[in-house]
Amino acid sequence: MNPYLAGTLLGIVLLLAMFLAGRGLGASGGLKYCVVSIVGAVDRPHADRSIYYSKYFEDGKKPLKNWLTIEIFGVVAGGFLSGAISKRLKFKIEKSPKITNTRRLIFAFLGGLFFVYGAQLARGCTSGAALSGMAVLSVAGFVTMIAIFGSAYLFAWFFRKNWI
Amino acid sequence: MGPISSLISIPEWLDLLIALLIGIGFGFALEQAGFSSSRKLAGMFYGYDTTVIKVFFTAAIVALIGSQLLSYFGLLNLNLVFVNEFYVAASIVGGIIMGAGFIMGGFCPGTGLSALSIGKIDAMIFFLGGMTGAFLFAETYPFIQKLANGSYKGPVKINEVMGISPGLFTFLLIIAAVAMFWIAELAEKKFARPDITNEI
Repeated sequence: MNPYLAGTLLGIVLLLAMFLAGRGLGASGGLKYCVVSIVGAVDRPHADRSIYYSKYFEDGKKPLKNWLTIEIFGVVAGGFLSGAISKRLKFKIEKSPKITNTRRLIFAFLGGLFFVYGAQLARGCTSGAALSGMAVLSVAGFVTMIAIFGSAYLFAWFFRKNWI
Repeated sequence: MGPISSLISIPEWLDLLIALLIGIGFGFALEQAGFSSSRKLAGMFYGYDTTVIKVFFTAAIVALIGSQLLSYFGLLNLNLVFVNEFYVAASIVGGIIMGAGFIMGGFCPGTGLSALSIGKIDAMIFFLGGMTGAFLFAETYPFIQKLANGSYKGPVKINEVMGISPGLFTFLLIIAAVAMFWIAELAEKKFARPDITNEI
């Protein structure tokens, strides 16, 4: 799809989230709730003792039954639907022909680790902090956006072999 | 009159159904934008494909104009829409860590989800890394609590800091975006990599 058209579609979805639910779009938050519920299921005493996890289980709350968690299940469904319509459904590892599958997967893992760690610190990722934040004119949104893109440009030189 | 869920009391199942539908729209838009491809996303940082900036700023501007129009016609109370709180150090340090993750993994969390939904195995591993990152954050939280909660400024708005109206700020942002789109088009020509862009 033309990028400006796709951007308009994304903007309308964001506007709908603001109008219907009074909030923006998010992705890393839902991931956090998945992890919190796994930790709660595996080692509940640890979760109750931790100042971080305990707040998600207070008053019998269930971290999986949460707006952000349900939203990311929707993201996967919506992506699948789009891929099916545009005939892009296929199991594959996407990478530069110059690198091995193993290298691509190691960097994919590290990238996810860094990204979501940073997103927890900044209270949101490219969607929840940067995009949604900019749409409500929050300073945090603009600062996070500049920090993410500025840092990626700075580090791009070091990881260029993976991509170009 | 919006936001619907704060102005009228809606049952929990309806609130979660809204979450699901918004998520479907979000995932659909990301995938249609081509964001299920890490090589397309990474193109932003090497100049051969600048779809990211075009989609990102178009979406922000559409939502900004739309929300201000709805507010102007009394259909949306913007005081009830969540505004991200500003923790100076956490936003900057978190953003820098995210940028490093972006260039290593080739995805951000939202685009990673859209990519795994169409079968990208690298995105599934990115997702596993992301879960590990959230887990590490929770476990290291006591040590970084100060950084995470320090320099708190509240939900400050950029137009208020600059002392201008939301409308004027949006207008200036549109001008800046058009300039960036123009530079982005030039960059795509200068750093063109047909060997990559024909594949993705």
